[in-house]
Amino acid sequence: MTDTVMISERRPRRFSGFARWFVTDIRGALSLTFLLALLLISILGPWISPYAPAAQDLDAAMAQMSPQHWLGADDLGRDTLSRLIYGGMASLYASFLAVTIAVMIGVPVGVLAGYLGGWVDTVISRVIDSFLSFPAIVLAIAVTGALGIGLTNGMISVGIVFSPQLARLVRARTLVVRNELYVDAARCFGGSTPRILWRHVLPNAIQPVIVQVTLLLAAALLAEASLSFLGLGIQPPDPSWGAMLARAYQNMEIAPEQMYPPGLAILFTALAFNTLGESLRVALDPTMKRN
Amino acid sequence: MIAAPSSGVNLHMFNSARLRIIGRRLLQAIPVIVLSTFIVFGLLKLVPGDVAVTLAGDNASDQRIAEIRELYGLNQPFFLQYGSWLWKAMHGDLSNSLISNESVLTSIQRCLPHTLLIVALALLTALIIGIPLGIAAATKPGSWIDSIVMAIASLGVAVPNFWLGMLLVAFFSLQLNWLPATGAAPLMKDPWAALSHAILPALALASGGIAEVARQLRSSLVEILSSQQVRTLHAKGLPPSSILWRHGLKNVSVNLLTVVSLLANRMLAATVVVEAVFAIPGMGGLIVNAAMHRDFPVVQGVVFAMVLIVVTLNLLTDILYSVLDPRISS
Repeated sequence: MTDTVMISERRPRRFSGFARWFVTDIRGALSLTFLLALLLISILGPWISPYAPAAQDLDAAMAQMSPQHWLGADDLGRDTLSRLIYGGMASLYASFLAVTIAVMIGVPVGVLAGYLGGWVDTVISRVIDSFLSFPAIVLAIAVTGALGIGLTNGMISVGIVFSPQLARLVRARTLVVRNELYVDAARCFGGSTPRILWRHVLPNAIQPVIVQVTLLLAAALLAEASLSFLGLGIQPPDPSWGAMLARAYQNMEIAPEQMYPPGLAILFTALAFNTLGESLRVALDPTMKRN
Repeated sequence: MIAAPSSGVNLHMFNSARLRIIGRRLLQAIPVIVLSTFIVFGLLKLVPGDVAVTLAGDNASDQRIAEIRELYGLNQPFFLQYGSWLWKAMHGDLSNSLISNESVLTSIQRCLPHTLLIVALALLTALIIGIPLGIAAATKPGSWIDSIVMAIASLGVAVPNFWLGMLLVAFFSLQLNWLPATGAAPLMKDPWAALSHAILPALALASGGIAEVARQLRSSLVEILSSQQVRTLHAKGLPPSSILWRHGLKNVSVNLLTVVSLLANRMLAATVVVEAVFAIPGMGGLIVNAAMHRDFPVVQGVVFAMVLIVVTLNLLTDILYSVLDPRISS
């Protein structure tokens, strides 16, 4: 009974907190709106895109911007706007996939290292250090080479490569949380280690992860673009923003304007993820809120 | 702490405490290097199915498959495979390419200079542009200069390096015809050609670095300039320029060192894609081609070389750190 009362008390306050954030933090709000709009466009892609992404119309090859092709067409006469919409879907899917994998590996490893301490922590920390010594994309390329070329394999690689960053962050946070009184209390009440980790340590160690995940989404987006640009990510005829740039690069001397739509799309999306991440960092930081 | 202008620091640069710290750092690097080699070798274990059959490619003869099995010692237990690979790698034998049969070490020796030139030039560019931006922003926090610098920094982090490279080629090479669009030249034989080929890729690579240097410098400088000590210096009547140069920048130089070593790592990664845009025969082209054709000895060789460079740079940073920062030795 008390639980329901508490929740109903808390809910409106939390909502007004969000509303206040949305109104005061213009950059954060803009970024969030932009990203949600992008997500919506990606989901609605099949219904709103004017052409099929792989539909070729050689009469329209290298078409300039026109009422038929708002953003022109590529060398095979494929509509750039349609490919941009479908490419966005692929790029967003790829980023979320990579970051999900990074979270699934990095968070448990970090919590275990931080909570258990001792030799487990030493070993895990050294492994994290080693992984962080690898230039990220280079390692991702090597893992993709091993797993086999393709968007999903590429993003699994990127996820693996990003996971140590999260692990290190979560480990540091867990080191602080595990000495908190409520964790001691849970231990005294005989809570099992998995239960303590899941119910008490993880929820309190997760906050910096939310910020880092947002920033990693930008990094993953750029990584997808890089891998697809190199031909190690998405395979033709499927579009992604990186693959579109690769195509535009080949035709740069004939149709240089084709490199602007995908490039700007990557730039603005990465910018939005980064800006949202910074906003969240400020909004979630209790010491900053009071000021 | 405010570093006092002292000339005596150099005399004590390598006192016994510092040497001990340097020794400890060297020791700490060993497990990281060993684990890195383990990861590099372990890449092979990610190959699905029968490694030898997959690496031999389509339509490979049984003899070829047997050769590859022999090369990696795939019939032996994992640790023996790893051990013999490591032993050979330590003696500079990274075996041969499965495709061209060229020694991997030779390929790396041929490609590495091109990559290092671009990365070094990009680091330099990042510092030359990033430091003044950071100072300008930090001396007037909240001003329009600050806002512009921070906006540049946000864009610099978000812009894909290779797209920036394409824009630079389109403008400076194709339109203005100022600099060559693609290719590279050996630095030793023709330094001018080498530099003119490296300028655009280095600029493309530097964008993230400029942003990072400006941002880090700004935040650490703002912190120092608003500290109690600096307020005292103001009260003492010291001119602001002298406070900035002798007390502010001297203190943040150590932070800058960390940023540089971080950037070197990131740029070594980003150069792979930038090299593709400018068709530079560097480490990037080497590993991308090898990954596409599952030329695994080359993939492993390049990753190994890169990680050795990063570990060495990190080590150098740590050592420089302990030399530069008087607090660390105490």
